Parts: sequence; structure tokens; C-alpha cells
Amino acid sequence: MHKYMPHTHEDVRAMLDRIGVEKIEDLFSEIPKTLVHKELDIPNSMSEIELRDHFAALAKQNTPLIPFMGAGAYDHYTPSIIRHLIERQEFLTAYTPYQPEIAQGTLQYIFEYQSMICQLTGMDVSNASMYDGATATAEAMFMATGVRRSDKILMSATVNPNIQRVVKTYADYRDIEVIMVAEEDGQTNLENVKALMDKDVAGLIVQNPNVYGITEDFSNVKDALDEHKGLFIMNHDPSLLAHLKTPASWGVDIAVGEAQTLGVPLSYGGPYIGYMATTKKLMRKMPGRICGVTKDQDGKRAFVLTLQAREQHIRREKANSNICSNQSLLALFVTIYMATMGKKGLYEAQQMSMDNAHYLHEKLLELPTFEAAFDKPFFKEFTLKTSLDIDSMNDVLKTHGFLGPFPQKRFDDTKADLVTFAVTEKRTKAQMDAFVDIVRGLN
Amino acid sequence: MYYDKLIFELSTDGRKGYSLPKTDVKRHDVPDHLKRPDCPGLPEVSELDVVRHYTNVSFKNFGIEKGFYPLGSCTMKYNPKINQDMANLPEFASLHPYQPLDTVQGMLHVYHETQRMLSEISGLDTFSLNPFAGAHGEHVGLMIMKAYHRSRGDEKRTKVIVPDSAHGTNPASATVTGLESVEVKSNVDGTVNLTDLKKVLDDECAGIMLTNPNTLGIFEKDILEIAKLVHEAGGLLYYDGANLNPLLGFARPGDMGFDIMHINLHKTFSTPHGGGGPGSGPVGVTKTLKPFLPKPVVKKTNEGYTLDGETDLSIGQVSHFVGNIGVALKAYAYLLTIGKDSITDIARFSTLNANYVKESLKDVYHLPIEGICKHEFVFDGLKDKSTGVTTLDVAKRLLDFDMHPPTVYFPLVFKESIMVEPPENESKQTIDKFIDVMRIIANEAKEDPDKVKGAPYTTVVKRLDEALAARKPLVKYKDLLDE
Repeated sequence: MHKYMPHTHEDVRAMLDRIGVEKIEDLFSEIPKTLVHKELDIPNSMSEIELRDHFAALAKQNTPLIPFMGAGAYDHYTPSIIRHLIERQEFLTAYTPYQPEIAQGTLQYIFEYQSMICQLTGMDVSNASMYDGATATAEAMFMATGVRRSDKILMSATVNPNIQRVVKTYADYRDIEVIMVAEEDGQTNLENVKALMDKDVAGLIVQNPNVYGITEDFSNVKDALDEHKGLFIMNHDPSLLAHLKTPASWGVDIAVGEAQTLGVPLSYGGPYIGYMATTKKLMRKMPGRICGVTKDQDGKRAFVLTLQAREQHIRREKANSNICSNQSLLALFVTIYMATMGKKGLYEAQQMSMDNAHYLHEKLLELPTFEAAFDKPFFKEFTLKTSLDIDSMNDVLKTHGFLGPFPQKRFDDTKADLVTFAVTEKRTKAQMDAFVDIVRGLN
Repeated sequence: MYYDKLIFELSTDGRKGYSLPKTDVKRHDVPDHLKRPDCPGLPEVSELDVVRHYTNVSFKNFGIEKGFYPLGSCTMKYNPKINQDMANLPEFASLHPYQPLDTVQGMLHVYHETQRMLSEISGLDTFSLNPFAGAHGEHVGLMIMKAYHRSRGDEKRTKVIVPDSAHGTNPASATVTGLESVEVKSNVDGTVNLTDLKKVLDDECAGIMLTNPNTLGIFEKDILEIAKLVHEAGGLLYYDGANLNPLLGFARPGDMGFDIMHINLHKTFSTPHGGGGPGSGPVGVTKTLKPFLPKPVVKKTNEGYTLDGETDLSIGQVSHFVGNIGVALKAYAYLLTIGKDSITDIARFSTLNANYVKESLKDVYHLPIEGICKHEFVFDGLKDKSTGVTTLDVAKRLLDFDMHPPTVYFPLVFKESIMVEPPENESKQTIDKFIDVMRIIANEAKEDPDKVKGAPYTTVVKRLDEALAARKPLVKYKDLLDE
């Protein structure tokens, strides 16, 4: 008997008698004999002690490094309470809230999550979450091309290439053409947007801060799009929206992004959480679940999934998207993060990230081996040009326990000398000084 | 006392729930033209406010650890605590996705071994763990299907056959992949009608999506014939892994002739549903289709594990990094805990449970499909419908007995579907209690139908006005203030 399966011989006998068969195998008699499989080549079951030992051995083969890199995954602090709260079984083990009377907990946090995402982005309505920032961007592309009945969309070359790739993969299978907008001095080239935009193009996708960490100036972009009824899609780091102008204030129609930056652990890339928010006008075109407020029979305030006529379980092939499971528990995670940090904490923590990044930037530029790649504002991530051999630099940094900067050559061969650093509120001045000292010793 | 507060309603100016270190790094300012002029309206609350609030909010939820959760097609099995502990180990949870490969070999071992075990269990050559959820797996799998036909210059194959008993995600996934779904009517037991199938197998057929056992819990006994017909017509077979549980160790989709499949780690392999995610939907393919898998691919080499991004035929990237790897860690721990010695018992006991419930209730609930089922089955409402008590009423009444209702109104092939799936973790005692309660409700439906129609009575809220929410969408706190 296995600890996860409680059936005794007596139980099995009584159950088989009720069913009217001799043995359990009789319940599988319709499976063709030729299909019945031999023994599987997987290990024998482990006890909890053995499993712990096994994981401890595997854990030794991992060496977490102190990140001075972001490139889509950022090392922000996770307050202790979050893990404790999200692992309450009431949240962790529940299914999607299809029975609202016993899922008010899930529905309420989705509502709070939506409210907070709207506060950060300035948008009218948020859904209950998407898989990650990249797939959220791809879904926004589907939404825009659907609304505009178009098969073309613009995307800035300054969008992180991993996001670009996901958008292009999604687009390819629906014969949507993704037209790249050139970059100029590390920013989206507005003139190029104007030149490429016409009435057959659904809109434009940008990212802020962009792949170099630059916080772009989107003045006049909305006007350029409006002229052709194009929709404005912005992938924005939500953690910076206590400081930076909101997507709504730039005139964005669909705001998306990676909300891992709201305290979610690095976890080798997942699970993270994509967010998506839009305008009232486009609400019914948005994919995913949306929670709304209603009343119960007694007039009590209650929460419920709403506008479900957009979704796959009702509309099947005509649905806005096929998304079903999303990243609900991560939505709770970032909701608790935003509640804990609150109005001032998010600002203060990201102020520290910004201050640290500018300190590191200044220190590195004092070295002869680094020079500025762009003269543009940045927040917690920035790009420098280096004369050092990047791979050897990162190897040396690794031996000191540091994860060195992101080499842009991984995205583009022509950017062989560009590296992108990122630091958060978690980096201390001492760590940054030690980091710079190591790099100073290289040539 | 019913806890009714939103976190915003607890906010008090000046309170805080965080602490940050002091710093002597020079302060920097955002340039004015990029600066947000106002403050986002997040709450101001103390740490205890937050903890108490979300604890009280949690009490309004029903989880697996509270009671029986027989949601059909969802496989709500116990989510072992040890899996959670292992996934939270800092040596796994604090790795940056771009760390050098020699610093993440333990993580990649888990990724690769999980892939390998899923291949072994399903009979397909290789898996990718990158897809985030079941529907994402379908999307990725259909991209692979389309890419395969494209690579052979067979561009006209754009139709995907989907039985009418399929999950809603199947046709929706076809659409998002730029394919057209063609619905075929099933036999009464939800199995594929071979005559109807032959009619739609032409040179525009890209493939077929099947769930086996199907959503009525019936094993597709003609599967070898179906595979032969589809392959002969030039199509591929896609296996929707939602119902893999009752086949573990018994039969493998790969051996049945399936070319592509996804697995829901959050169903078959015990990872928590989390109120709707994160899931994980690994996609497996035959050797022929291996080059089409999404990037990056984890490979085992003489120098250790690597991440490979370079194949010409790959459908491309479908996730920013390597998917919900934290979920795969839990599934890996589960697979090792179950092992080859117990994996077949999952299929045996889940199937035993389902048949036991079915046989114990079919005199009072209408069983449209007689005979042996696998891990789940469907009733078409009460046997005696004369008092007007519906499936919805039965489901709501179950809430008063501290049980999660089965899946209702799915599959769509019956009007009053009640889809019951009692996973292998559930004991005879728990199931007997459910059977008793279902009989009590059937009796109430006869004796006192209004009682059932008025349920639930004991939940924190009663039945909701769903139409009101859709008519007048209030979707954020500010909407409530503006109202």
C-alpha cells in the first residue's frame, strides 16, 4: 500500500462486489491486449527520507549566484508573509472558481489583483492573469489584430528579443505579419513608426523599459497610431509604475507585462505571471478570466467570474483566446506583495533599485574598460559598451558568486561589445563595490 | 461572522507593512517628462493587517484538504506537502534563468528526468516542459502539427477534427493556431463514430484531437483503427492529456498511435491547481516530430545538461524562459514518490472509485452510458426529473454538505451533465459519505424540491446574480467607489 492510496483489501473486495466484477483488472478489459504495456522504466518509489536526500544532492549541483543581470527576470525582495499565505490550502489546492459560493476567496483576490493592476497601469480593466509577460504580449497582438481585422502589426526592435520571438511564433501560425520598427540610439524610431503605419496595420508593440533598460519617451506615438486607428500595445514593468508615467497616460490601449518584478522569486524562469489590462472600450475583446462584483440572493456583496461569453468553455472555436488555466496563485502572490508594499513601499523599494543602478553605472564608467552605450534615462537596468572579453569577465564574476551582466550578443551578433546590468533594492553598496573591484582587476 | 472587507477598505494613511534597509547611495530622480505625477492607489496597511486579511479571505474558499472534490476532468488529487517543500528549496527557487549551465545542473537534471519519465509513461519520444498549461500545450501541439505539414509543403491541411464531446479548449486552440476545427458527432457513449470520421478524412485534414478515455470516461476501444484511418489520410493524432490518470502504467498514448500530446501536470501529477494556475502542460511528440519542438530544448551531453536553441524546424519560442519549471519540480517529486511500483495503482484505484460511485447511484441519477467507465463518468441529472430539480440545484445543495460538487453541464452532449471523478487518494469511507449525500439530495428532490432549489444555505454567500455582473461590469475597487 502507498501513503497516497488508502484502499485496503476489504475495501477493494466490497467495491468490486458492488460493481459486479471479480478483480480490478476486469475494469480495464476493453483496452486492446496489444496496448497493455510492459513495466515502465522509471525508478522505484522513494520514501520521504530518500526523496529529501535525493533533492539535497541535486541542490548541491545548483549554485545560486547574486544577480547583476536582469534581461526579463529580476531579483526583487519577497516579504516572508507571502509564501506562508499563498500556501494556505484554501488558496493553493482550490480549482478555478466555477462554484462561486465556495470560491469567494479566490474571486476576491482576483478582484483585488485587477484593482491594483488598474491602479498601477491607469487602465480601466485587467484580467485575472496570463502565463508570462511574453505570452501576454502575444495575446495582446491577437487582440489588436482581431479588433482591427488586420493581419499586420508593428513591433519595436527595442522589445526584448525573447518577447519578440514568442510574438512571432504566435503570429506565424495565424499568418499575421510582424513588421519590425527600427531603433535609433536605443529607442523606438518614431519616424519609422509613422512611415510603416497605415490603415491595414493593427497597431504597435513597444516595451518599457526596453531591452537596453532605457525608459523610452513615447510622446507623439499615440497620435501617429490614431491617424490610422492603430492600437497601442505597451509591455511595461509594473514595479516601476509608482515612478514612471502610466501606460494609460501614454494613450495605451492594451497594457501587458511581466509581473515577476512584483516580488516573485527567480525560480529559473517560472512560474511567473503575465498581466493584461485594457480600456473599457476593448473590455469585451480581452482574453482570459475577469472577476466582477455582484450580489447574492440576500443582497450581499459577492464576486463572480463575468463576461464569460468571451471564453473557450462557452464560445469554443469562436472564443477570444484558448486560455483556461492561468497563473492565479501568482496573481495572489503579487496582490499580497502590492498590499504589503502599499502606496509608499513600492515607490521606496524601486527608488532603491534606481539609486543602486545609477551608483553602479557611475562606478563602472570610472573604469577605462567601460563606456556609455546610450545617453538615455534608465531605471534599474542599463547597457554599457565594454572592451573586456565578456565571457571571461562573467567567468571570473561567477567564481566570486556573482552573475555578471547580460551579453547583448546573445540576441544580436552585431552587438558583441554591449552588456546590460541590472540591480534591485536587494543589492548592497558593499556588494556593488566588491563587484566593481573584481571588474576593475580585469583587462 | 462573514468577513466582507476588501484590502483597500482596511487602508489607513501612514500605515506600512514593509521594511527596507537604510542606504547611503546617492538619490536619483526620474526625469520630469517620464515621471508619474500621482501615486498609485495601493492600500496602506500593517503586516498583521495583510496576514489577517488574506487568512480571512482564505476561509471563503474550499480546498482539497477540506473535503471531497470530485470535479470531473480536473483530477483533483491530493497535493503532497513534500513536493512543495522540495520546490521551495533556495537552491532551486533562487536561480536566475540565465545562470551559466554549470551552476544549474541540478535543475536541468530535474527538467531532463521529468521529460524522460513522461516519455516513458506516455510512449512518446520526447517532451518539452515549456508550455505553461493544458491549453497552452494544445496550442503548441497544434503548431507542431501545422509546422509538420508545412515542412512537407502540404499547406492545404488546415482542418482539425474535434469530437463534440471535447473540451472547449480544443476548438479554441485550433483557432488560435490558424486551423479550422471540424466537429464530428460522437456515438452515444462519446466514442468516435468511424463512419462519420471517414467522411471528414480528406486531404485538408491536418489531424484529430482526442481525449482517451473521452470526457464520458469511456475508453476509445477502436483507437488503433482510428489511428490507422487518420494516418492513412495523411493526418496526425493529438492526445489531450486531461484524462491520462486511468491509463498510467496500463496503456500509452504513443502505442495507440498518437503523434503529439500534452500532459496536465496539475491534474495527473499532483501539482496544485492554485485556484486556476500555475499549471504546466508539457508537450510530447514522436521521433519524427522532435525537430519541431519549441525552443529551448534541454539535452543531456557528455559534458552535462545543455539548453539548445538551434534547430531549423522548431516552431520557435512559446515562453520567455523554460516554462513553469517550479511546477515541474513538484511533479518530479511526485513521480519519484509514486515510482514504478505504485504508478499502476493510480489507474486501478481511480477507476475502481469511479465505477463504485456510478454503480451506487445509478438507481437515483440517470446514467446515460451503461457499462465500465475509467476514472470518471457522467450522469444526466436526476433519474426522476418530475419535480424540476436540476443539476445546478444538486450541485448547490452539495455545498451544504461540505463537498465540492462534480463538474456540471459538461460535456455538452447531455443536457444535465454531472461529471464525477473521485481520484485514487479518496478512501471508500469518503466515497460512501458522498454516495449517502447524493442519495439524500435525490430524496429531497422528491420530497421537498424547494429545499434543493433554494440551496445553498450554509455558504458565506448564497446563489449569485451572475447576470447583474455581466450587465453592469464592476471590475475594480475604483468602480465601486465611482458607483
